[in-house]
Amino acid sequence: MAMSRKKKSRIEVTFIYIFFLVMFIIIGYPLFWALMMSLNEGSNMLVTDLLPKNPTLEHYKWLFTSPNSDYIIWYKNSLYVAVVNSVGSVIITSLIAYAFSRYKFVGRKYGLYMFLLLQMFPALMGMVALYILLNTIGLTDSLYGLMLIYLGGQIPFNAWLVKGYFDTIPKELDEAAKIDGAGHLKIFWTIMLPLAKPILAVVALFNFMAPFMDFLLPRIVLTSPEKYTLALGLYNFINDQFSTNFTRFAAGSILIAVPIALVFLLLQRYLISGLTSGATKG
Amino acid sequence: MATEQNDTKARKIQPRTLAMILSIIIPGLGQIYNRRFLKGCIFLIVTISFLVTTWNFIDIGIWGLFTLGTIPREHHSIQLLIQGLISLIVLGFGIAIYIYNIKDARSDAIARELKRPNPTLFQGMRNFYDNGFPYFMILPGLLMLLFIVVVPLLFMLALAFTDYNQYNAPPRNLLSWVGFQNFVDLTKIDIWKNTFLSVFSWTIVWTVVATTLQIVLGLFLALLVNDPRIKFKRTIRTFLILPWAVPAFVSILIFSALFNPTFGAINRDILSQFNVMIPWLSDPFWAKVALIMIQTWLGFPFVFALFTGVLQSVPRDMYEAADVDGGTRWQKLRHITLPHLLFATAPLLIMQYAGNFNNFNIIYLFNEGNPAVRGQNAGGTDILISWVYKLTFESNNYNMAAAITIIMGLIISVFAFFQFRKTASFKEEGRY
Repeated sequence: MAMSRKKKSRIEVTFIYIFFLVMFIIIGYPLFWALMMSLNEGSNMLVTDLLPKNPTLEHYKWLFTSPNSDYIIWYKNSLYVAVVNSVGSVIITSLIAYAFSRYKFVGRKYGLYMFLLLQMFPALMGMVALYILLNTIGLTDSLYGLMLIYLGGQIPFNAWLVKGYFDTIPKELDEAAKIDGAGHLKIFWTIMLPLAKPILAVVALFNFMAPFMDFLLPRIVLTSPEKYTLALGLYNFINDQFSTNFTRFAAGSILIAVPIALVFLLLQRYLISGLTSGATKG
Repeated sequence: MATEQNDTKARKIQPRTLAMILSIIIPGLGQIYNRRFLKGCIFLIVTISFLVTTWNFIDIGIWGLFTLGTIPREHHSIQLLIQGLISLIVLGFGIAIYIYNIKDARSDAIARELKRPNPTLFQGMRNFYDNGFPYFMILPGLLMLLFIVVVPLLFMLALAFTDYNQYNAPPRNLLSWVGFQNFVDLTKIDIWKNTFLSVFSWTIVWTVVATTLQIVLGLFLALLVNDPRIKFKRTIRTFLILPWAVPAFVSILIFSALFNPTFGAINRDILSQFNVMIPWLSDPFWAKVALIMIQTWLGFPFVFALFTGVLQSVPRDMYEAADVDGGTRWQKLRHITLPHLLFATAPLLIMQYAGNFNNFNIIYLFNEGNPAVRGQNAGGTDILISWVYKLTFESNNYNMAAAITIIMGLIISVFAFFQFRKTASFKEEGRY
């Protein structure tokens, strides 16, 4: 009896490992394929091999050295937008979240409802109006216009997230500080912000990565290639003549996917704890 | 307090009422009557400058909102519409200041009736700062939110009730309000009706099937990795999260190439071994199957990571109690693990459904919503949001796009409603 149970358990564990192996293949295959494509010679997809006979870095070289390649400019643009977006969103959302978490004021409750509702509406829904608004203030085809939209659009979700985290910081702390004579801003600066570092890091990371991943807003806002962000530029590699540039696209994508994936894997634990504490504990 | 009120009742008009009336007539006057001269002057100056700077804008805006312009080529209906919406917001701010002024006059008058000394300038500023602090904090964000999120959504809302399309577009033509005509067209005109029904039903199927699959797979994997007999947990977890870590647009474009019938590896390298060729991109059914598979690939790691995190917090003693009672594994899963997991993550799971409902990226990047389908003006894999995108940016059917956006908005509100009820933060709001 004891023996057979042990055997059954061993068979079960073997099956679980086999299942993991299958999952690994399903997850790894597309990524591995893209990596191998980027090492294939030339750009004719019909003659590519999964394991190229003469692996080459020509596509990577082309991205950085060819006069026809805007890759470095796109990288710079993306980085610029990402840094501004990351810093700006932390400032704006932490201010809002502080007010909503610690103060009682007219419209507070409806404001919270509004955030919760608005976070579900994709920016795409208002794209026509956004474009016209940007046009009237002369910010179409400009990275500033793009930043503005990112910064405004992230507010509902992140304010909600940070507010949820602020709520978990005991109120006794700021009341004690108030008795010691600390003002509103001082409490915010010396108590709330340091204690909320994990969630602020999550917000900063999210908003840093967003411009690297989003191609839709840039596609609508930006028109000249020297203003493109990476995602949009890469998309255009394969958008026009799909089969001719995929190898190049693969090389360009791998160069952004690798750093993003690394940062992400390192920080995902904080991300999950931030999401669950903000959304469920309140 | 009670005696005070009895005293003042004898007089004909209480000072507090008089101060209010004065402030209603001219903002600041009530404050001056209360002998708060500086404050009164500030209110007066704010009022005058508000009126001087915005009167013209609001006047034209409101007029434009009602008429959408009267002279073709000279009046631009769309600009008028936007100006009108912005006017409403500016007006809202004006009214808020106005009401604050009236309330302020009243409370100062009450303070004077109670013979409280007038605060000094410094004290007054301090009070203003204390009471206004939360507003100062939210103001920058609020302004951005209003102009970048709220105005555009209101604009779409308004467009749904106009006749703005490719053939009737400013500045050449004026737009006009058409009531619910666009919604009627959506249900009456054949091409719109057919397209709407097929896109709508696919959107629902897509949302439910793709999201449920990714949740089930994520849950299953989380339970397996959590099994105490499994080793190398960290490595396995890292690998399973990989699809989430790679930017989605990159993975979708890779898949789009993988499924490509001419050079994609799935047909060429894998299925050809079995002599099968599947038209992944040109047949609507297979394109949908591919999309659901890709979305499961993309979406399960988030759910997996989420559940893995929450699994650690299920109380051990509950399992021990179940063991004592001789509970089977299935019973433990059904009655302890699942309720705990779902309770803790419900709002985020609802957001997964909402996210897929609006998942424009995958539909558009995979196949641009294609293949085309006869007798309708959306592609075979288009969901509502990608159809709206096409109507807006490709065929310029703004009015219909806006009408469909409103229908989407209503559906999203249902998601939001469930989230309101599931989000613990709101249950604790009672403490305010």
